[in-house]
Amino acid sequence: MSKIVFQHPQSLKHNIFHYCPGCGHSIVHRITCEVIDEMGIRGITIGVPPAGCAVLAYNYFDVDMIEAPHGRGPAMASGIKRSLPDRIVFSYQGDGDLAAIGMAESFHAANRGENITVIFINNAVYGMTGGQMAPTTMLNQKTTTSPAGRQQRLDGYPVKVSEIFSKIGGVTYLERCSVSSPAGVNKTKKAIKKAFQCQLDGLGFSMIEVLSMCPTNWKMSSVDSCKWIDDILAKEFPPGIYKDEIAALKKAAEVRS
Amino acid sequence: MNKVLMSGNNIIGEAAIRAGCRFYAGYPITPQNELTEYMAEHIRSAEGGVFIQSESEIAAINMIAGASAAGLRVMTSSSSPGISLKQEGISSMAACELPGVIVNIMRGGPGLGNIRPAQGDYFQATRGGGHGDYRTIVLGPATGQELADLTMDAFDLADKYRTPVMILADGMMGQMMEPVIFKKPHPRNYPEKFMLRGAGNGKSKFIRGLLLDPIDSEGHNWKLARKYAVIAQNETLREEHLTQDAEMVIVAYGTAARIAKGAIKRLRDHGLKVGLFRPITLWPFPEMKLRALSAGIKNFLVFEMSTGQMLEDVRLALQGYANIDFHGRPGGAVPTPAELANVVAKFYSKID
Repeated sequence: MSKIVFQHPQSLKHNIFHYCPGCGHSIVHRITCEVIDEMGIRGITIGVPPAGCAVLAYNYFDVDMIEAPHGRGPAMASGIKRSLPDRIVFSYQGDGDLAAIGMAESFHAANRGENITVIFINNAVYGMTGGQMAPTTMLNQKTTTSPAGRQQRLDGYPVKVSEIFSKIGGVTYLERCSVSSPAGVNKTKKAIKKAFQCQLDGLGFSMIEVLSMCPTNWKMSSVDSCKWIDDILAKEFPPGIYKDEIAALKKAAEVRS
Repeated sequence: MNKVLMSGNNIIGEAAIRAGCRFYAGYPITPQNELTEYMAEHIRSAEGGVFIQSESEIAAINMIAGASAAGLRVMTSSSSPGISLKQEGISSMAACELPGVIVNIMRGGPGLGNIRPAQGDYFQATRGGGHGDYRTIVLGPATGQELADLTMDAFDLADKYRTPVMILADGMMGQMMEPVIFKKPHPRNYPEKFMLRGAGNGKSKFIRGLLLDPIDSEGHNWKLARKYAVIAQNETLREEHLTQDAEMVIVAYGTAARIAKGAIKRLRDHGLKVGLFRPITLWPFPEMKLRALSAGIKNFLVFEMSTGQMLEDVRLALQGYANIDFHGRPGGAVPTPAELANVVAKFYSKID
């Protein structure tokens, strides 16, 4: 008897992605939907897409969704989750959304230990608006607003979100992944699943940072974009688990009960 | 229920909780802090009640937007500079048709201004405030009792029209203690189909304000405009005080209207026939009711604690129908009834 090992995720709508060829968004959308299917949480999941390329995420995710103004996803997700504590609530944010205009909302949702999950796409540029310099743009990286390359003296440093957020008390689980290789995609999916499980178990704030390709604005081929992540971006933003309090919190809960 | 003595800020908080408000987010700013503090102390005692002290007014408005989408009755409050920060979220709530109550306890402006009572945010409140083609219902209470009643009504209006409603009061209204009786709130009537609570086994929903197709977006704008036209038709409120025999009518709202009442008492004692027209809904402005008065009365004096903002709405209602004069004290200056009476008497003396 043959077994189905690969199929269209049930919680992913049958719409053709509007994302550019080689973009990481469609990969992260798909694996998030796979996780939602595997955990059987489609009916209780509420997503908050951002302003940016993923603003149309509701065309793909077959779960309840509400768009947030630019950067405000974690505040809106906090409002939803506190109102409906038994739902799975996630915000989906880009680097400008999370680390520039929405840094305050992201930082404080994390610090309150909101029991939500943030999926944070780091592609080192503002994608939708045409490739401007992002808080995570690399030093010397050319963008439309750093035409001579990002200069530390004028533009500051790439913001290392996972490193910073790992120091926040309210954060329970925080991992940086990459979707630049099949192994990275699998790892990202595992991390998202762990984050959702963390939320399902009521253990607090979880965030998965995903290094993700933007071939159009990087002006590279899809293959070169994957290579650029591995060779350059991942050196500045090393993948790995930055914080994992899940086991400790579970143990503490056992001791209490 | 018995009469109780409470400050305006606390009255709003108590009325909100009684009306079923179960989610409040706010950020400290004077002169509305007592409201945030009241919610911190009391909303969690109500079943399912959530209080969050937000990191900013921007976060607060987006928190209540999320909670509103999730199906709760929601409120946030602030004072002038903080309300400016909320405008992005108010515009977004109007676009997404999310009900919610926003309280502005106005202070002196522009900029940081000061923490004294003022009415300089009338334009911002009644013209939408944020970007895009939208309106918010704006209620202008003038007494502690009205703070209670209108706060409760604000939640019903927000649900009825699926739109943000603003309570526009000032530091005087917020700080002053007055006796109040809380009326029985109406049971909530808000269909679950508008709430976002997870798709269950059904079809998933989304709530959005982004409409990339201009024809879709135009349609949405006209849909909102039709809703605002219905509100303008059905929801105006005003009070008329001693207008029957008046030779001159003061047009004022909120605290300014109370000062005007004090002035009118003094003026009447001296035989001057002055009355008051007090808009209670500032948007929709009770334009036709005001114009109707001009059939018999030809002299109107607008009094505001600003340089003249509601004055423009009064002109739209009365220009060509009657004489319109103006007296204003902006920036947190509050005149006494005696001072206003002197000003009115001067204008009155010029009536033919």
